[in-house]
Amino acid sequence: MTLLGKLDWSAVPFDQPIVMGTVGVMVVAIVSVLSWVTLRGYVRYLWREWITSVDHKRIGVMYIVLALVMLLRGFADGIMMRTQQGIAAGGAQGYLPPEHFDQIFSAHGTIMIFFVAMPLVIGLMNFVVPLQLGARDVAFPTMNSISFWLTASGVLLTNLSLAIGEFAKTGWFAYPPLSELQFSPGVGVDYYLWSLQISGVGTLLSGVNFVTTILKIRAPGMSYMRMPVFCWTALASNLLMVAAFPVLTALFAMLLLDRYLGFHFFTVDAGGNAMMYVNLFWVWGHPEVYILVLPAFGVYSEVAATFSGKSLFGYRSMVLATMAICVLSYTVWLHHFFTMGASASVNAFFGITSMIIGVPTGVKVFNWLFTMYGGRVRFTVPVLWTIGFMVTFVFGGLTGVLLALPAVDWQVHNSVFLVAHFHHVIIPGVLFGAIAGYNYWFPKAFGFKLDERWGKAAFWCWFIGFHLAFMPLYVTGLMGMPRRLQHSDVLAWQPWLLVAEVGAIVIFAGIICQIVQIVVSIRHREQLRDTTGDPWNGRTLEWSTASPPPAWNFAVLPRVDGLDAFWAHKQRVLAKQELPVQQHAYRSIEVPKNSPVGFVTAFFAVVTGFALIWHIWWMAGFGVLGAVATLLAFMFRTKDEVEIPADEVALFDRAHPVEVSL
Amino acid sequence: MNVAVEMDAVRHGELLDISEAGPAPKRIIAGFGFWIFLLSDIVMFSALFAGYAVLAKASAGGLTGAQLFDQRNVAMETALLLLSSYSCGMMSLAINSQRYLATFLGAVVTFLLGAAFLALELNEFQGMIALGATPERSAFLSAFFTLVGSHGLHVTVGLAWLVLMMVQLSLRGFQDVVLRRLHCFSLFWHALDIIWVLIFTVVYLMGVLP
Amino acid sequence: MRSILLASVLIGASLLGGCTEGVLNPKGPIALAERQILINATGIMLAIVIPVVIATLGVAFWFRASNERAHYRPDFTYSGRIELLVWSVPLMTVLLVGTVAWVSSYDLDPPKPIASSTKAIKVQAVSLDWKWLFIYPELGVASVNHLTIPVGTPVSFELTSSGVMNSFFVPQLAGQIYTMAGMVTRLNMRADYAGTYRGLSANFSGDGFADMHFKVDATPSERFAQWVSSTSSAGLVLDLKTYADLARPSAAVTPFTYHSVAAGLFDSIRMSSTQSDDALCRSYPTSMRAER
Repeated sequence: MTLLGKLDWSAVPFDQPIVMGTVGVMVVAIVSVLSWVTLRGYVRYLWREWITSVDHKRIGVMYIVLALVMLLRGFADGIMMRTQQGIAAGGAQGYLPPEHFDQIFSAHGTIMIFFVAMPLVIGLMNFVVPLQLGARDVAFPTMNSISFWLTASGVLLTNLSLAIGEFAKTGWFAYPPLSELQFSPGVGVDYYLWSLQISGVGTLLSGVNFVTTILKIRAPGMSYMRMPVFCWTALASNLLMVAAFPVLTALFAMLLLDRYLGFHFFTVDAGGNAMMYVNLFWVWGHPEVYILVLPAFGVYSEVAATFSGKSLFGYRSMVLATMAICVLSYTVWLHHFFTMGASASVNAFFGITSMIIGVPTGVKVFNWLFTMYGGRVRFTVPVLWTIGFMVTFVFGGLTGVLLALPAVDWQVHNSVFLVAHFHHVIIPGVLFGAIAGYNYWFPKAFGFKLDERWGKAAFWCWFIGFHLAFMPLYVTGLMGMPRRLQHSDVLAWQPWLLVAEVGAIVIFAGIICQIVQIVVSIRHREQLRDTTGDPWNGRTLEWSTASPPPAWNFAVLPRVDGLDAFWAHKQRVLAKQELPVQQHAYRSIEVPKNSPVGFVTAFFAVVTGFALIWHIWWMAGFGVLGAVATLLAFMFRTKDEVEIPADEVALFDRAHPVEVSL
Repeated sequence: MNVAVEMDAVRHGELLDISEAGPAPKRIIAGFGFWIFLLSDIVMFSALFAGYAVLAKASAGGLTGAQLFDQRNVAMETALLLLSSYSCGMMSLAINSQRYLATFLGAVVTFLLGAAFLALELNEFQGMIALGATPERSAFLSAFFTLVGSHGLHVTVGLAWLVLMMVQLSLRGFQDVVLRRLHCFSLFWHALDIIWVLIFTVVYLMGVLP
Repeated sequence: MRSILLASVLIGASLLGGCTEGVLNPKGPIALAERQILINATGIMLAIVIPVVIATLGVAFWFRASNERAHYRPDFTYSGRIELLVWSVPLMTVLLVGTVAWVSSYDLDPPKPIASSTKAIKVQAVSLDWKWLFIYPELGVASVNHLTIPVGTPVSFELTSSGVMNSFFVPQLAGQIYTMAGMVTRLNMRADYAGTYRGLSANFSGDGFADMHFKVDATPSERFAQWVSSTSSAGLVLDLKTYADLARPSAAVTPFTYHSVAAGLFDSIRMSSTQSDDALCRSYPTSMRAER
């Protein structure tokens, strides 16, 4: 036993130029950002206004920034895989040896699901839900900050694995026995498990927070059937987080016990049962799909209604469909392994339940269609993403129903057909929605709109690139190509894989357009400024306050007497042809006090996770003690709110009138 | 002119529906949030139960539940934990009427009963390990120690929490924030009972079925 | 327009698949039936999906804000008839495709023997790191990374794994099935045409996974008999000791054969991973669905 456990210099892959090059670029990027921040004297500002902030809007923005940065990392992994598979055909071995390639596809999946898709939807919910509910913050603001920073800890640990040690070589779901110590003795699986355990706690707390917020902190008058649809989808998504993530936590705890203490949950010997892992993994894993997809459906609903100038068609149907998906998502997990050899009746049952989920999803597509029908559709960037989603997603759904047929699934499971399918639903279903939401709510968050032209260019690159990248995989899948293949001897697949590679490059062009879009928008922010707080002629309460909203969101809690409360208000004003003149007595508002507890806890979580991965027990003890001490200090603090005086509220409110054009 | 100002005037009538009443008070929010957290905790236990149910017979030639479980010991553990829930309930009553002495007394009794439960459980574990029935021996024992041990860990956390709450109570008195936390604690303690009843049934009673 | 792209890709795929190895070019009754279901289900759903896509694009285009002729109806937010329609259309589709799912799950259930006048031959397949072992228990021979079967005769597989999970897959003959340590899965297939087909592991199993494929030779029965006699006359013996050598991790192993196989080797491979003398436990892991 040494002081540093299993850690020594051999953990750093100095002999691998690709890894070291990436690490070098990342280090340079981090150092230059940090030194820029320090030299410009932004450290204090960042600490006071962002890092310790418990404001749901700031936390939401930080989630999305984190997700977008990780999107670059995940995409880099993706394009590396495409390149490897494109060139390693026939006798060629490509440029990535198996032990490296295996880490890349595992990291790609893990990062894209947990550190891109999850933070994107959680970030959007953070920013939007309290504003739409007419609330001043979430139920537990400090816990919200802890959730975010624990997610960031998971991100940090995953990325550390690039420079120190290795990542899992098991695929992103780490099936045992492959992920057991016997077959994966390295630290890769431990990195995977501890990063996801730590960020998983964050996600769970987030779920608790938002369920409570949505059910208990709505503006007066906002009954359940008056909630905006995005809030309904957020409620469904967070209920799923609360009910699904603990399964993952328990499951990973079991695998950790196997790996660290010699337990036998999933081992090959002593009665362990690896298929139990597979079952429990997908008991979490399928609801997880809807955790991601449902909020995106909510975004599409908001975008479709706003830019059609109509209320959402069939609101009650949409709510029913959302909650139906929420419940049904627990009845389908076995379709991820029809090839396990379950009996025909079990396969048939899960096949049919999987298809039944298609019913409420289909209803949603029809309702978006009828929302546009009779509307005045403005083809803004969010609308492009929405329509792009609709026409793409239905085909992803089609291949999904094919995979839900056990007899077809046996032929295409584990193939790149499957890879094409889940990218076909998750990219339009989650990523398009998140980008639509990002373009839609950006002016609310920062007070200026994003550039339309670059936004549209990004959409077309993504849309075309997506089809080029994934349609060929359906073909090679049907030709019998399994997923996760480091090289192949079948030359017939290669032309298709090269087309897919071109598609990935076109998507990359889309990403570049998005980066340019941000830069251009910041430079032209004065032209793009939103002074009204309502740049899109919106319908829901978030547009009834200033852009960006003050820390307290609403000077006076809005009263709601129907769906689309803000729209209804504007209609009344238009009908009366005069602006309301009634004055209101402003009261002082208590807002939660900023707290470093999230950041400090997360720091200790990283220390603990890193120590456990490398078996540095003293350091793990130190990390746990530190985290406990931080939480104790938080428990004993005396003041957790600051009061904003009524004058300040009034001053801000008068300076930021929400204009209704007459 | 803030739009909310005007909206405020839209409706002066009585709010009939509870769902339209506006933001709930902090006490309700904290308790409700903790309920949701407890639900998630119960989901976590249900995954551990599922694991145990799958592996309950996988003793891999080692000792089985029927050979290991001592019903008398388990009955005593159950009695202790249920009694501690009762004393926790008494403590809640004392808190509601803001009586310091009764609250501390309730806490001390709850703590002692909980600690006795833990001692018995650890003693049981020790006895099993002495017989060679360690968690490394078989999948059944892995699942057993994980499930029952997780509950024990929760009890330990509960005891530490109780001590902290008594410290806070003596420092701050019956402040709102202390009351909210005490309320959450009692929810937590009762939830552990529910889980224990399930463990008692699924592990110890069904474990000795022929 | 996107739908046309996708449809053309699918059609192109089926054309291309027709002249290469793969799911769309089946050579046996199971794979043939599975392809038929794939095509039928795709057809049923395209009948819904393509109109939806066209309607989406059409509605969005016609109701564009700049179109003066489009009638703006902001109050058109509910219609009972349309709600009925939007719930019933997907429901009917699912009823239809669900029936297909139900029937085909039973008809094509992998453990279900294929009705045939000729007696099925038994093959026991074991996935090792990273190669395939095929034992012919009735013939007493075995081969590695090469499967030889007679044309027109059903082949009945029992499958397990030495450790890591793999998936046994011959796309042109039948769907895949997992191989799992300590458990046995079953699969039946038949080749109706002589030829060499590609077989592979479809489930990622570690560093040597990419080379974990094998050739399946479907030969006329007389050629098969020849192969059996030549195999059983020379080569290595497969017993627990040589099995232990074979089980060591290795990738891209050149195919070879064993001329005799120790009796009950397959069962002891399965048992070795459970390591148990407890009767309950022995039956236990397989009772978890896999054995049924």
